[in-house]
Amino acid sequence: MSNELVPTDDSIAPAHAPRSTDINPKAEKRAEQQIAILFGLSALGSLLLIYSYVFVTKDVFIFIPIMGNQNAQQLGIGIGMAMSLFFIGIAAIHWAKTLMSDVEVVNHRHEFRSSDEDREEFVKTVKNGVAAAGLGRRKLIKRSLGVAIGFFALPPVLLLRDLGPLPKKQLETTNWKAGTRLLTDPGNRPILASDLEVGAVVQVLPAVENEDERPLSDIAKDPVLLIRLREQDFQLTPEKLAMTHNGIIAFSKICSHMGCAVALYEQQTKHLLCPCHQSTFDVTRGAKVIFGPAARPLPQLDITVDGEGYLIARAAFNEPVGPSFWERNSQ
Amino acid sequence: MTPVEKTIGNAANFVDERLGAAGWVKKSLNKVFPDHWSFMLGEVCMYSFVILLLSGTFLTFWFDPSQRDVIYNGVYEPLKGLKMSAAYASTLDISFEVRGGLLMRQIHHWAANIFMAAIVAHLLRVFFTGAFRKPREFNWILGILLLTLGLVEGLFGYSLPDDLLSGTGLRITSAIIQALPVVGTYISFFLFGGAFPGTGFIPRIFTLHILIIPGIFLAVITIHVMLVWYQKHTQFPGVGRTEKNVVGHPILPVYMAKAGGFFFVVFGVIAFLSAVASINPIWLYGPYTPGQISAGSQPDWYMGWLDGLVRMAPPLETHAFGHTISWNILIPALIVPGILFTGMALYPFIESWITGDKREHHLLDRPRNVPNRTALGVMSITFVMVALINGGNDILATNFHLSINQIMWFSRIGIFVLPPIAFVITKRLCLSLQRADRDLLLHGSETGRLLRLPHGEFVEVHEPISAEKAFLLQSHEEPIALELSEVDSRGVRRPGALKNKVQRRLSKAHAVSVPKVSEQELKEIEHH
Repeated sequence: MSNELVPTDDSIAPAHAPRSTDINPKAEKRAEQQIAILFGLSALGSLLLIYSYVFVTKDVFIFIPIMGNQNAQQLGIGIGMAMSLFFIGIAAIHWAKTLMSDVEVVNHRHEFRSSDEDREEFVKTVKNGVAAAGLGRRKLIKRSLGVAIGFFALPPVLLLRDLGPLPKKQLETTNWKAGTRLLTDPGNRPILASDLEVGAVVQVLPAVENEDERPLSDIAKDPVLLIRLREQDFQLTPEKLAMTHNGIIAFSKICSHMGCAVALYEQQTKHLLCPCHQSTFDVTRGAKVIFGPAARPLPQLDITVDGEGYLIARAAFNEPVGPSFWERNSQ
Repeated sequence: MTPVEKTIGNAANFVDERLGAAGWVKKSLNKVFPDHWSFMLGEVCMYSFVILLLSGTFLTFWFDPSQRDVIYNGVYEPLKGLKMSAAYASTLDISFEVRGGLLMRQIHHWAANIFMAAIVAHLLRVFFTGAFRKPREFNWILGILLLTLGLVEGLFGYSLPDDLLSGTGLRITSAIIQALPVVGTYISFFLFGGAFPGTGFIPRIFTLHILIIPGIFLAVITIHVMLVWYQKHTQFPGVGRTEKNVVGHPILPVYMAKAGGFFFVVFGVIAFLSAVASINPIWLYGPYTPGQISAGSQPDWYMGWLDGLVRMAPPLETHAFGHTISWNILIPALIVPGILFTGMALYPFIESWITGDKREHHLLDRPRNVPNRTALGVMSITFVMVALINGGNDILATNFHLSINQIMWFSRIGIFVLPPIAFVITKRLCLSLQRADRDLLLHGSETGRLLRLPHGEFVEVHEPISAEKAFLLQSHEEPIALELSEVDSRGVRRPGALKNKVQRRLSKAHAVSVPKVSEQELKEIEHH
């Protein structure tokens, strides 16, 4: 072995090996035909697309193994489009690889740094420009320009003010008031306390004036979950226990973490789980957070029954429902 | 001269007399592009962006970006008579009543996923091969900008149909905005046009999604590609390739045919996927209402790691002076990603500060030859993967019958423990690969042929490797640690000595490598 093992110049570059299409006219002819076939397949794909669009009706379904029943029109248009595009691409690449030159060529690079003369010229030009403007000397202009630009930034921000109303107390309040009836969701029917059996879970909304036209922003904060347990299952402070009625406990369904609907209730463990980030709340302990990122228990609604035995709220929520926000007084 | 040549000649003359374009067009057509499969990743990004523009334009012809209530009366039976937003209803119409509409929706969504995947793959290629080094730092930063824009554009895009899944995503978005100290509540009310979900958000993000962000995309992609053009593409080391040249195929015709053909291939593959593989079947989710949710709510994959970080956050909130700060939202959703993306954007400058290398680089690194950088990259991937796994913890738990709490605790601990382990393992692997290269150079490759010597000893025959391969294995530079002393020549402590100390430590760690085969050693093997 010699030092040539690790050469430093390109004397070892292997001679350029010709492809079969370079030396064999038959191979060249064959490649040409292959490319033509590929272009032909593309045209065929376009025809399939047109046929499916015009002649296949929307209600035709065909069975395809693994995929099951497929809408023939969508599938025909899709496969046709895929073919018409894919084969144009493959044909062009095959053409480039077999028939166009495969000899690599060399370009030279230049350093990006400008020449010293250019740089000096540049500095001089800038200095002349700045001097001509006299910004350095004219302090008054410089300062007032700064002020103008500073103020200039304000209108664009101000102009966006009317994008929406001020929050006011909207995040702190819900439609639950003392005496509001609990209505089933869906259905908007009042609920007799005696109708709920142990283990029952019902989603309720507050009775309002027009129950069929609730705005989504109300549905984003009003939903409440009613859960009936055996009274001995509760491990609550006396105040929280007083907010329940005959083993029926009511929590805001809006997660105290990021506002998703806390919709998963595990009958066995009596845990509520939020499907968004898996915060887990223990119903028996007043929806205390036992797992996950939520930092606060779900707010509990104080409930009782009215004269007819229907469930009502005894008071509004005593804290804001839903995710935290800067103005929230959480103490 | 044939008639065709004459026509083309006349046209070219017409243009050249007005623009004087012949000079630079000629130069551009002779431009050389080096060949490597990994250089196609950036092309996939650009092509899927074009596909997004085309399919997205098609969708706007029918989509109604409004949160106004309508009663659905279309052909999809299960939702007939239901109250929903016009946005959701028109998306149903595109899916069921516009011929090829569902295909276009699926092309748009698949192309978006592939766009983001290609950006990430392209970014990793550029990172691991050191293509971001001087003079290409600007392009690296533009790339990070495109990645960030892509995340936002994707989130806005899949939020537009206003289905139950995407509405849940917007609920989370609004909670993140609300969590901003001082201004959060106000910004949220302004953006949504009132209390969540308001009536303003979907039309507004529609304008951003189809006009402003694509406009920025188009401008940044143009600059990104023009810089590649102007600075010329990097190339892998090899015989005949130097820092001073670029070896490859000229634009006309080979590169043009290959790249142009590749566009059609990418489009064809996306069209095929969209023809056979359902994506985001919004009719199954139903219209959005904040009181409902579907179990297993998942964002698109590129947002999954952020959701995973939010899921694993500890339940931390500060309550003081009548105000609330949600660290459980701010840290995982804003602070950590902010640090990651800023660090990523600044990385070229950090590395050059550590190595003290201010030269231009046009030859790419083999990842094993820069163990520290490679290890840092794998460490970051590990971090994101742990977060992504936790983002799908509910899906994993149901499909593999695991405990969701255990996955969460695995992630909470793993996010701190696994990335450093990945760093150490990768660094060791790189050094081992360097050692293997060195062995290959010194002893040749194993042939598997055993020889029995006259005195009974068995040896395996080694064959010298090809000259080209040997050249490749010896082509890298051996890193040298910076010499920075804490004291100057007169023994006085320099100002900024701590900075020097950090730089020296990092530089030393960065310069760890297996020594290259020296001239001396080569001479020695000659005598064997």
